Amino acid sequence: MTTESASSEVRVHTVSPELPRLGMNVQPILWVDNVSVSFEGFKALTNLTLQLDPGELRCIIGPNGAGKTTMMDVITGKTRPDTGRVYMFGQALDLTEKSEAEIARLGIGRKFQRPTVFENLTVFENLELALKTNKGVWSSLFARLSSEQSDRISQALTTINLTGRVHTQAGLLAHGQKQWLEIGMLLVQDPKVLLVDEPVAGMTHREMDRTAELLQQLAGEHTVVVVEHDMDFVRSIAKRVTVLHEGRVLAEGSMDEVQNDAKVIEVYLGSEAAQREQEKAC
Amino acid sequence: MLSLKSFHTPRQWVMFAAAGCTLLALPLLNQLAPGVVPDRMVPLVGKFLCFALLALAMDLVWGYTGVLSLGHAVFFALGGYAMGMYLMRAIGTEGVYRSELPDFMVFLDWKELPWYWRGFDNFAFAASMALIVPAVLALIFGFFAFRSRIKGVYFSIITQALTYALMLLMFRNETGFGGNNGMTDFKRLLGYSIADQGTKRGLYVATVIALLGSYLLCRYIVTSKLGRVLLALRDAESRVMFSGYEPLGYKLFVWTTSATLCGLAGALYVPQVGIINPSELAPANSIEIAIWVAVGGRATLVGGAFGALIVNGTKSWLTAAYPELWLYALGLIFIAVTLFLPQGIVGLFARKGKAAAAPQPEPEIAPAIADEKVPSQA
Repeated sequence: MTTESASSEVRVHTVSPELPRLGMNVQPILWVDNVSVSFEGFKALTNLTLQLDPGELRCIIGPNGAGKTTMMDVITGKTRPDTGRVYMFGQALDLTEKSEAEIARLGIGRKFQRPTVFENLTVFENLELALKTNKGVWSSLFARLSSEQSDRISQALTTINLTGRVHTQAGLLAHGQKQWLEIGMLLVQDPKVLLVDEPVAGMTHREMDRTAELLQQLAGEHTVVVVEHDMDFVRSIAKRVTVLHEGRVLAEGSMDEVQNDAKVIEVYLGSEAAQREQEKAC
Repeated sequence: MLSLKSFHTPRQWVMFAAAGCTLLALPLLNQLAPGVVPDRMVPLVGKFLCFALLALAMDLVWGYTGVLSLGHAVFFALGGYAMGMYLMRAIGTEGVYRSELPDFMVFLDWKELPWYWRGFDNFAFAASMALIVPAVLALIFGFFAFRSRIKGVYFSIITQALTYALMLLMFRNETGFGGNNGMTDFKRLLGYSIADQGTKRGLYVATVIALLGSYLLCRYIVTSKLGRVLLALRDAESRVMFSGYEPLGYKLFVWTTSATLCGLAGALYVPQVGIINPSELAPANSIEIAIWVAVGGRATLVGGAFGALIVNGTKSWLTAAYPELWLYALGLIFIAVTLFLPQGIVGLFARKGKAAAAPQPEPEIAPAIADEKVPSQA
């Protein structure tokens, strides 16, 4: 990256009133810039802007339909935005022009809400496929695992506590183990940014604690974005929280700041009140 | 090293060799003891082996990659037509009209060979075309279909349309491939008389070699990392993309490989049955290939080949003994397999084998990692 592009970068930051918190010389690793998406008239995202610093752990919360999953879809290339851009490494790369696979190879890993692993392959084979390596057709046809690569896999197996089930078919794992396997697949992919959609859904408390520990470990070396409904879990890991509502950023800050934000209280309590009324009506 | 699915276990190699020997015993017995194996058996089983090769190709795309093609007869027929064109040219002036041109062209009052027939008097050229033409068509068709992410039943319907369209094209006389009569009355192949029993045995042996060789190729593919990517594509395509793989290239690779194997099967089929015509392209033919694979067992390779042999063996016997019953029987077989044997016939054996080996689960694996550092498994 040239210094030129870096300086133009800084200029963009200083003129943008929405982004005062970024330091002069910190380049955002991921920058969702003014993105709008609509599906047949329904506006899923409206001028959404979001910046992530390298190595941070960010939680994204928001009521149903706030656009959390759509935002992930836009970042990973599954959905093309109507307007706006998604940049990686400052403004060096525009992700909206790339395919899902290219974005993944550039270093954005995604964990789905429902654990998505290759059920007919073993735990080991799942990790083997996710491993960061040449993903072309011919190299796959003649691929042999190097000892360094097996080491990486065994390391990941230890991290996700599945070493004992290395040759078990992934489809036979318990729900929480599948969640971890998927996280393990992200680990060996060695992404710069990890997007994690509801990582503790369906987990026991013990598993939740371990997952919290794991995500905190990963932050620092990787940038971790967690979308989660479980507020206790968010409180236990979050340093910075972004609240989405109706496709926009409603508030951003520490958990305490966000919880005491009048707009956030209104949206959350408002929707809860509406829900209660609906339940009464039923 | 950690063990992944190995190419072949020693036991599988023994079974592979045994299958090869059994298949090759047939022409030998025919030569030594024609009373035991009558002459007509050789091209008949040879034809079934071509179908087995076709089923193998189908299993690669359907069983392993989850792409159900109902147009695989297209590639088979193209391979067959390419070989048919060579065989027509090899007739020379021995045709009914004693002309240099194939009989059907004389009948249409054509004065010279169309440009696309040039070169087909050369066997090597025709044989390569039997592989290249299906491969190129598959590549083009596959590129557009897979790039547009056409999947599932939509893909199947488009492939049905493809085979139907090609059938209509081949039915026309002016296309220059013999119209609805197709190509037949072949005389010679590489100088050997087609009618000669020795030639038939030779063709049979060539088919066995092609089948076994193709099986090894497919086995290599499905046990490679690429094979695991294919299974992953079948089961969770989005996860594959988000792991950094472009599905398009993988699907095109397996689709084109499969089509090339179909072309090979077609090229071996035509000299053994002595005719190629547009009825090979009837939509039902492509569906039947899928039935063979379903009966034998998907994603097993051998299953498809067995399914082709069993279904066609039954067909051959039933259409002679009780001709009116065949279609009912085919329907019944398909329903029975769908209801009771979702893994096909091979799945039945695999299940029995697993039950027998239950005391020592997964004996082939050597988890080196687990030996190194055994974590406290809570």
